[in-house]
Amino acid sequence: MSATVDPLAAIKELIPQATERASLDHPAINVPADAVVEALRQLRDRGGYDFLVDLTAIDQGEGVADRFTVVYHLFSTAASTYVRVATDCRGGAAPVAPSVTAVWPAADWHEREAFDMFGIRFEGHPDLRRILMWDGYPNHPLRKEFPLAGVETQLPDLEVAAETGTKVLPAPMAGGPFVAPAGEMNLTNAEPRAKDESWNERHVKPE
Amino acid sequence: MVSSNNELAYNTKIEGDVIVTRADAVINWIRANSVWPMPMGLACCAIELMATASSRFDIARFGAEVFRFSPRQADCMIVAGTVTYKMAPHLRRIYDQMASPKWVIAMGACASSGGMYRSYATLQGVDRIVPVDVYISGCPPRPEALLDALMKLQAKMGRETSARTLLTA
Repeated sequence: MSATVDPLAAIKELIPQATERASLDHPAINVPADAVVEALRQLRDRGGYDFLVDLTAIDQGEGVADRFTVVYHLFSTAASTYVRVATDCRGGAAPVAPSVTAVWPAADWHEREAFDMFGIRFEGHPDLRRILMWDGYPNHPLRKEFPLAGVETQLPDLEVAAETGTKVLPAPMAGGPFVAPAGEMNLTNAEPRAKDESWNERHVKPE
Repeated sequence: MVSSNNELAYNTKIEGDVIVTRADAVINWIRANSVWPMPMGLACCAIELMATASSRFDIARFGAEVFRFSPRQADCMIVAGTVTYKMAPHLRRIYDQMASPKWVIAMGACASSGGMYRSYATLQGVDRIVPVDVYISGCPPRPEALLDALMKLQAKMGRETSARTLLTA
């Protein structure tokens, strides 16, 4: 691909179903879920994008029609250019997307992570298990309705849970999440602080 | 005429081959000066733990240089790092596999209280799953802090009623 050619136009030539996706940096396209595997294959074999940088997902929040989107980042090591491919999942709150492990073996663990964190079921994945949370954990932590502090659950090992009487409990947030002011060079001022300092562990949260 | 005994140290010619002391003093002295740590390195604190074990800080000066990666051969678990809920039961099982008497040092903010990880994945303090003897503040603590904790643990071992515990066990 020469530098004079508009990369987006070249990609659209390869993938007729692609529509342009709003992007601040690299060329980005939307592809329907049933065409994404073929689209990634075309980008790899004919577009020169020979490296799957990342595979992740977006949750738009409850009540949105196409709630979950899977995002693929590809890189061309020859041309040093990126392309972003996004596809909306089918299935609403129980999202389903096709697995691209046949095209990119590297997508295996990325898809397991997206399944673990968002609950997206990748059809055709060889071994779709949780990768970060333990087997049997009932939630998908990166979904919008899941609180950062977590929810009460059993420990992964019931024997240890019975012996210690410990559970998975919501973490005390105390006005958090804690954020550091951006661009602050003074280390004392850059110390992370609670977003809402009107409550902490001693004083309850005002209603 | 009876000569006064000016000997300050133990003298075999006078006292024979017998030393009189308390059983607790002997047992605790032996235990405190040969702590065999179990390095439960789970995050960046483990780097400081390794520094403590190496030449510059040299935990061998306190008799605790025999790091054992088998819980069966260790008696002091040093929890160095962030304990996730996924890891917590394994940590408890490793603790259960250690032979008594055993001690636990919670090294750093994460092991002591969850530290900066106020999130769904992190156990908010390792004392929820194993009994902790010494807590160390810091993120991560310097090796001197770990050595200080070890000395505090040795002092704590010195106060234990080990003989009674052994006889009643």
